[in-house]
Amino acid sequence: MCGIIGLHLRTPELYPRLGELLTGMLCEMGDRGSDSAGVAVYGDPTWSPPGQGCVSVVDLGTGETADVAQVTSSVATALGRSVDGVAVQDGYLLSAGAASEDLLIAVRSVYPQALVAGFGSDIAVLKGVGHPRMLTDGWGLEKAQGWQGVGHTRMATESAVTPAGCHPYAVGPSQCMVHNGSFANHATIRRELRSAGIPFDSENDTEVGARFIAALLSEGRDVEGALKELCGTFDGFYTLLVSNRDSFAVVRDAIACKPAVIAETDDWVAMGSEYRALAGLPGVEKARIWEPEPEVVYAWSR
Amino acid sequence: MEQMTPVAFDLRTTPLRDVNAALHAPDLAGEFVIEHPAGAHNVAVGLDAPVTVTIDGHVGYYAAGMNQHAEVIINGNAGTGVAENMMSGSVWVKGNASQSAGATAHGGLLVIDGNAAARCGISMKGVDIVVGGDVGHMSAFMAQAGRLVIRGDAGEALGDSIYEARLYVRGDVASLGSDCVAKPMDAEHHRELEQLLKAAGFEDDDTSAYTRYGSARSLYHFHVDNASAY
Repeated sequence: MCGIIGLHLRTPELYPRLGELLTGMLCEMGDRGSDSAGVAVYGDPTWSPPGQGCVSVVDLGTGETADVAQVTSSVATALGRSVDGVAVQDGYLLSAGAASEDLLIAVRSVYPQALVAGFGSDIAVLKGVGHPRMLTDGWGLEKAQGWQGVGHTRMATESAVTPAGCHPYAVGPSQCMVHNGSFANHATIRRELRSAGIPFDSENDTEVGARFIAALLSEGRDVEGALKELCGTFDGFYTLLVSNRDSFAVVRDAIACKPAVIAETDDWVAMGSEYRALAGLPGVEKARIWEPEPEVVYAWSR
Repeated sequence: MEQMTPVAFDLRTTPLRDVNAALHAPDLAGEFVIEHPAGAHNVAVGLDAPVTVTIDGHVGYYAAGMNQHAEVIINGNAGTGVAENMMSGSVWVKGNASQSAGATAHGGLLVIDGNAAARCGISMKGVDIVVGGDVGHMSAFMAQAGRLVIRGDAGEALGDSIYEARLYVRGDVASLGSDCVAKPMDAEHHRELEQLLKAAGFEDDDTSAYTRYGSARSLYHFHVDNASAY
């Protein structure tokens, strides 16, 4: 199954409650799969300080944990300027007054085996193995702030239950994808992308979709065009939520057997695998609620 | 008639299993209200008594599934498979229904005031379904018996591989599925449709605005000419 959620806030009054609302939404979807979970949070001033380039690291890949001061100092040396960071559970959210791509290069030069969860501006990505309740408690997600967040709770069907196999896949700058379903032809497309020089972190089918979208966006395609291209290229079942710093978009495959519910008010737009994920949102009783049509891209921007 | 105050259950404070167990008590009678469903699955499933159950809010999957005899009213939207495998009684959804509404249902009446998503009436086996708005793709797929009335439009592949169910559509049909064809509206069909619309509270509809669809019956038997397709 898997459960996916997304919340795009329109009113700044709700920004301080983003983490609390996301936590409720994600944990409600825990029944749809709870072997691992992850979130991307846009706009938390501690996790992703405004104006900084940010990199989220799940695991340094060194086989040991390190003090956050050690990590920031090593990466700062490689970057040639100061690096800030916070440790969140076993991961690190790093930031610097540099482009996130440059910070990412510095992280990779110091920790070549690091598992990077995401990078960009105003984005923090957290993921791990375990029940979403345990994970969100550990991250302190309830206290997070910001204008947008997406989340995923997984029931693994086609690749390993590891941190690299967790969603979200945030493989382009400030981009993020979560997926409910399975792609049938992911191996073929992964081979093509690999031969075009695109690296992969996992054997997960969703990562292929995320890297496919990221490649198109980097060529200048808009998200709607990229998702249409995905619909034409990928076989399988999917409800996808694709976000970037300022927007989020939802699309379902032509068969539309993977569920999705969208709710919209003047204060927010929310998406969930099921309505019950949205039932706790403020003002939901007055929301316009509908199911996205197959192969129609729904997108919202700030 | 005896006046009774409905028995109310609040799903914020009473576990769903307790509510469903109470509704499965022997010799059940009367009226019941279920409050704050918050999208829960399996609300009021397996009822088997001539009771009235009103659910105030949106429900999740399989609400009122396997219903027999009961009248269930959902004041909200319903998730996947509302009234699936209903045998008798009625289920009335005041909002929209998600996919597979009335799937495999043998009898009773399912009314959806709003729209129904994909696969409405899939494999229906005798139920009557009246949808106030539109239905999604693959509705009435392999529908065997019963009647499906669509007051709005139907999505792609309506009635694919249909058996003997009767479909009445007022709006546009995006496409018909294999072996589903338009058929003439005879006097008996106008009468049948009028009764269904009346039962669902849409008695003002003009039955001549509807088109009937059903099986061309060309898939019923294997044709040796098609052997190469296998």
